[in-house]
Amino acid sequence: MSDVAVLPFRPASRRAAAFGDRLFAFLAMSAGVLVLVLLGAIIVSLFIGGWPSFRAFGLPFLVNTDWDPVQNVFGAGVPVFGTLVTAVLALLIAVPLAFGIAFYLTEIAPGWFRRPVGTAIELLAAVPSIIYGMWGFFVIVPIMGDYVEPFLTDQLGDLPVIGGLFQGAPFGTGLLTAALILAVMIIPFIAATMRDVFNTVPAVFKESAYGVGCTTWEVMRSIVVPYTRASVVGGIMLGLGRALGETMAVTFVIGNTNRITTSLFGPGNTIASIVALEFPESQAGSLKLSSLLALGFILFVISFIVLAISRLLLRPRSA
Amino acid sequence: MNETEQNPVMAAMQARSSEALRAPRISIRGVDFFYGTNKALKSIDLDLPDRQVTGMIGPSGCGKSTLLRVLNRMYDLYPGQRAVGQVMMDGANILDPGMDLNQLRSRVGMVFQKPTPFPMTIYENIAFGVKLHERLAKAAMDERVEWSLTRAALWGEVKDRLNSSAMGLSGGQQQRLCIARTIAVRPEVILLDEPTSALDPISTLKIEELIDELKQDFTIAIVTHNMQQAARCADQVAFFYLGELVEVGTATQMFTAPRERRTQEYITGRFG
Repeated sequence: MSDVAVLPFRPASRRAAAFGDRLFAFLAMSAGVLVLVLLGAIIVSLFIGGWPSFRAFGLPFLVNTDWDPVQNVFGAGVPVFGTLVTAVLALLIAVPLAFGIAFYLTEIAPGWFRRPVGTAIELLAAVPSIIYGMWGFFVIVPIMGDYVEPFLTDQLGDLPVIGGLFQGAPFGTGLLTAALILAVMIIPFIAATMRDVFNTVPAVFKESAYGVGCTTWEVMRSIVVPYTRASVVGGIMLGLGRALGETMAVTFVIGNTNRITTSLFGPGNTIASIVALEFPESQAGSLKLSSLLALGFILFVISFIVLAISRLLLRPRSA
Repeated sequence: MNETEQNPVMAAMQARSSEALRAPRISIRGVDFFYGTNKALKSIDLDLPDRQVTGMIGPSGCGKSTLLRVLNRMYDLYPGQRAVGQVMMDGANILDPGMDLNQLRSRVGMVFQKPTPFPMTIYENIAFGVKLHERLAKAAMDERVEWSLTRAALWGEVKDRLNSSAMGLSGGQQQRLCIARTIAVRPEVILLDEPTSALDPISTLKIEELIDELKQDFTIAIVTHNMQQAARCADQVAFFYLGELVEVGTATQMFTAPRERRTQEYITGRFG
């Protein structure tokens, strides 16, 4: 007790501290406001940049599939189509795998194995997308072209309705390959989110279910998944948001053709990819540049909506 | 010694007619339990008499809940926890690695400290466990749901809202729902792990009356911190201390003439 000195009352220094407090509060608030200003500035400048294109083509810009720099006619149809198709396909591939990973990590894996696998998942998320692009182009594209796509054509190509999706020349590049690469890229995000939300299920709920004789799978299906449904969907939307905006990896493997094909093996384009490729070839003030900015605006809006939904669903539940 | 007889525990005892203990439904022999390298139960020998209530008492951390979790192998969910020894039920050792755990848990049901209704309707909460083990037609299932809710003294309160969420029930109702869910599977043994510690006195009373009812059909083991509760509910009382079973006997014997000094000190409130 005796070595605790009683601080003398020093009004001057207290005033200085109060000023410091206010200054700090102001600086912190400025940093916070800056985020909002940046977000607003980006969306406004994209809209202004894209305005000539919106004015020239109107709403049909969204669905028009022309992209003709010679005639000066531009439409967002193909890249929007490509973006949505690759992102949704990527989800179809990634979600079951990510669920398996999260299920394994939370319910089945022995304790000592959870951490290394969990860390590996997080590291996978840190691999730069250009690496995925190169790996995709040099490793995955040949495998797809030589083995996977001919196999799929053999097995599924003659089926009614969906057969058409698996026909066409197996170049290796195209929508399916792009979706595959995207899936690998978003699996870590979805798996990590799922693992975290699965872990929020109180042990006593799981024990109650085991207590009436559930198997691990029944506990997962009937207790864990319903309990975390909103958060799981939120995690999936987070992955979808990433898939929509991914540029380099997709540019490497999608084929970059402004065409809508009925086959998943066909080449296509995504918004991010076409912007990255065409931007250097656009003159300042041209309708083409304006159209690219308009595409950027569309992508921004789509991603914004998807991420807003994921935020909403990932809210901590109120008791 | 006289203070024992003025104890409120004694007053609670008078209400219950004590009887001789029946033949064991479960026989625990030489059970040791480990959390990693930490030994939490030391060579436990205990019989759970058929269709009677065994109350497990003792200070926190004495191993009584641990023993409960041995009886339905709940500890198996957690790596590093293991039990050795023999827990015999119907001629089979529950601790046998080849034991079918899902079937075991349908025969040895468990109710937890906090009510744990599943996030579904009242009806589905009951039907959920039943569906895992039996295929029942709709009418038979309806009957089973009504039977178990009636046995759990909850039917009158919920019969008009079977299809609303179980989360809307009060804490006491939720706990009786959990008991109904447990008995709906028609187990032979019910384990109750401090089932009333999160409930108000009136709900507690209802659960205790319920336990008295249920022992006509089920063998019951209840862990409790509340001495009066043990006295009110149990036919047999087992006192645990630091992982050992110090003393076990009929409730009357345990509360009127405990043999061990530690038992007497605990039930008279000198430590714990």
